[in-house]
Amino acid sequence: MTRGFEGADVKAGRLTSEQVAANFADLHPPLTRHEAAVAADRCYFCYDAPCMTACPTTIDIAMFIRQIAADNSDGAAKTIFDQNILGGMCARVCPTETLCEEACVREAAEGKPVEIGRLQRYATDHLMASNTHPYQRACNTGKKVAVVGAGPAGLACAHRLAMKGHAVTLFDARPKPGGLNEYGIAAYKTPGGFAREEVDFVLGIGNITLETGKALGRDISIDGLKWDYDAVFLAIGLAGVNALGVPGEDLPGVEDAVDFIADLRSSQDPSSLAVGRRVVVIGGGMTAIDAAVQTKLLGAEDVTIVYRRGQEAMNASLFEQDLAQTKGVKIRHWAKPVRVVAEDGRRGVECEYTRAGANGLEGTGETFFVAADVVLKAIGQTLEAPQGPETERGRLVVDDEFRTSVDRVWAGGDCVAAGDDLTVTAVAQGRDAAESIHRLLMA
Amino acid sequence: MADLRSDFVGIKSPNPFWLASAPPTDKEYNVVRAFEAGWGGVVWKTLGLDPHIVNVNGPRYGAVWGADRRLLGLNNIELITDRPLQTNLDEIKAVKRAWPDRAVVVSLMVPCEEVCWTEILKQVEDTGADGVELNFGCPHGMSERGMGSAVGQVPEYIEMVTRWCKQNTRMPVIVKLTPNITDIRYPARAAHAGGADAVSLINTVSSITSVDLDLMAPEPTIDGKGSHGGYCGPAVKPIALNMVAEIARDAEMAGLPISGIGGVTTWRDAAEFMALGAGNVQVCTAVMTYGFRIVTEMIDGLSRWMDAKGYGRTSDFTGLAVSNVTDWQYLNLNYVAKARIDQDLCIKCGRCHIACEDTSHQAITAVKDGLRHFEVIDAECVACNLCVNVCPVEDCITMEKQPAGTVDPRTGRTIVAEYGNWTQHPNNPSSVAAE
Repeated sequence: MTRGFEGADVKAGRLTSEQVAANFADLHPPLTRHEAAVAADRCYFCYDAPCMTACPTTIDIAMFIRQIAADNSDGAAKTIFDQNILGGMCARVCPTETLCEEACVREAAEGKPVEIGRLQRYATDHLMASNTHPYQRACNTGKKVAVVGAGPAGLACAHRLAMKGHAVTLFDARPKPGGLNEYGIAAYKTPGGFAREEVDFVLGIGNITLETGKALGRDISIDGLKWDYDAVFLAIGLAGVNALGVPGEDLPGVEDAVDFIADLRSSQDPSSLAVGRRVVVIGGGMTAIDAAVQTKLLGAEDVTIVYRRGQEAMNASLFEQDLAQTKGVKIRHWAKPVRVVAEDGRRGVECEYTRAGANGLEGTGETFFVAADVVLKAIGQTLEAPQGPETERGRLVVDDEFRTSVDRVWAGGDCVAAGDDLTVTAVAQGRDAAESIHRLLMA
Repeated sequence: MADLRSDFVGIKSPNPFWLASAPPTDKEYNVVRAFEAGWGGVVWKTLGLDPHIVNVNGPRYGAVWGADRRLLGLNNIELITDRPLQTNLDEIKAVKRAWPDRAVVVSLMVPCEEVCWTEILKQVEDTGADGVELNFGCPHGMSERGMGSAVGQVPEYIEMVTRWCKQNTRMPVIVKLTPNITDIRYPARAAHAGGADAVSLINTVSSITSVDLDLMAPEPTIDGKGSHGGYCGPAVKPIALNMVAEIARDAEMAGLPISGIGGVTTWRDAAEFMALGAGNVQVCTAVMTYGFRIVTEMIDGLSRWMDAKGYGRTSDFTGLAVSNVTDWQYLNLNYVAKARIDQDLCIKCGRCHIACEDTSHQAITAVKDGLRHFEVIDAECVACNLCVNVCPVEDCITMEKQPAGTVDPRTGRTIVAEYGNWTQHPNNPSSVAAE
């Protein structure tokens, strides 16, 4: 719950529920049948399509778009789910502008790619609306697998394993499944409880037992799971957060951006959330943007992102940066916080200008002050490493089949050192780990 | 500024754009709107004998769409005018009086009895109309009653009825031909032999546009059943162009005026018909899709193109492409081209590669030095043009003529400058060696 600095201007209801509802409406509204047909018709059905190569889950994009064009939307959805069972969420949250749509030949030709993300949503929505599950489980193998973490990687892994006939138990530390899909993504990207609907859709394969409120290291352990199950898949994400390491960090006005986003996602009525009048967000990734934009959409007057490097170094995509600026968020590059201040009515962050020096980033010595009622930290999450598997630079080490250093234990998603920290990458890793687990179990 | 005025078999109009006999010319109201929009002339929707026919009360049209529901082809099962003969005659007279500078031609379809034609011709003459067009083309409905294409498919009937008409009127007689035959020259020659002043073509092509897979019935569906219709619009233009050219280059019919019909939508379509020998064009589907105002574009576009080319009058370019339409056996087999892909324009979709690889001559690479790269392999390329046709980027792939004296790496033969065709080719069992 956002408290803000003592005496700061932090309150709920800056906007009416109607205003907030409008602000948090779908960022990319769904396509109608005709819009989808027109958008699909723009696809050239490329040979060895570059979009497909650019997709971390290698969805046969040209094929599913052709199926939409031929009025076979459920067939299109099946083509998507074959590669990515969370195709519905990925259609909403993938940074398509740096993946499939960037690779689209029409981006090269006219700077206007085929709307792959929206078409994917059209197809997956169509099938999911029928409340059927498109896959059948194989005969029971008698094998049991524990999947720890019900985020994108865990869900993808659990689904693939269940499909192959294995009995899966899916654990999650939080009260609700979905991981970052449920708790970590901006609300306007996935409105209307979609994250939960999608989990139910995935679980529709059957033979997956969901156990929420079970945290690794507290309620369950790798050794225990290995005893009870034939294989273990760790998809525990990054539960810790990085510290700023500057004076004043512990003041009550300083909060983790991921907590703010999780509060927002868990809230029935976002307009009831307390939000500062002036908010500073520290960081340059998607979390920073999601936190800053949503703060603005809740009625904050003045929202500033402070990022220590230049625009091109930001992890948030250009589209995300543009979105933030369109919504009225100010982005200050080449500056880092040196002190959080809350004294004598002066509240905010003292920042120092930075530059790229010979030995990396360095402060210039010149400072400025940004007044704030709330400071949100979004400078990256960290692995809360479990006992056992080897780690390297704060992530679990895996081989090309996503096996950890511990026998019969696989890992994937944000907690491992491979790939980008994207939903779609996590899905690919969960899926591929499941295939590896299956090969071993059936050997 | 180009002079678009047209004189077609003595019928004058301010431009060569006429509306074809069809729903848009069924009534005074529509025709007046067309003239106000600038159309040069109309062929009034086909008149028949009283009692007037009736139409179905369900859908009359079916369609084939392209992207974004662009109408590519239209099919209809509407019959000739379903209004009393006198009503039409009165309106024709009124329109011609009010619009003396526009062409008003009247389409006719009556049974194959001389008296029927004699009678109706007299009535049409009284209206002051500029000419008549004999509807031997409609493939649906009326053909079941021995009229329309039922006449147009029998050259003897065409000649007979044309002759009756020529003997019984001072008005120019245009014979409208059906494409639903095997060789358009036979019905055209019959019209010519009967004394026709001109032929107009094509009428619609017999068609079923689609099948409703729930009803298991053809579209348009009337109470669960459908009947074949007549197909028209942009989709039929290539068929029409060929038929116009076949007549234009036929020695027996040399000089027979042709009114070109079939998918004319823009000035360019009109210019193409006219280049193949049509003296003017008739339009229907395009106005049924977009309304009469499109004639503004047609007039302006044709005029600008003529100015750019230095054509003062439409007759300056009419028929200029006819001599370049030839039989396959006379095409120059010594002409060698190769496809060339402009790497700056290429967007790397790979459609040229897969089309060539799967269905043609394996003459386009997909990878070069480990990178996605599309390039023509001259040793395999037969210059079929498929890559050009499937490439989504205009002018990205072109066919380049290979110079004489160079070696075609596909055949290993030196390219010669001399013309050489199939009639002279050694593989032709009946070839005549060139001296």
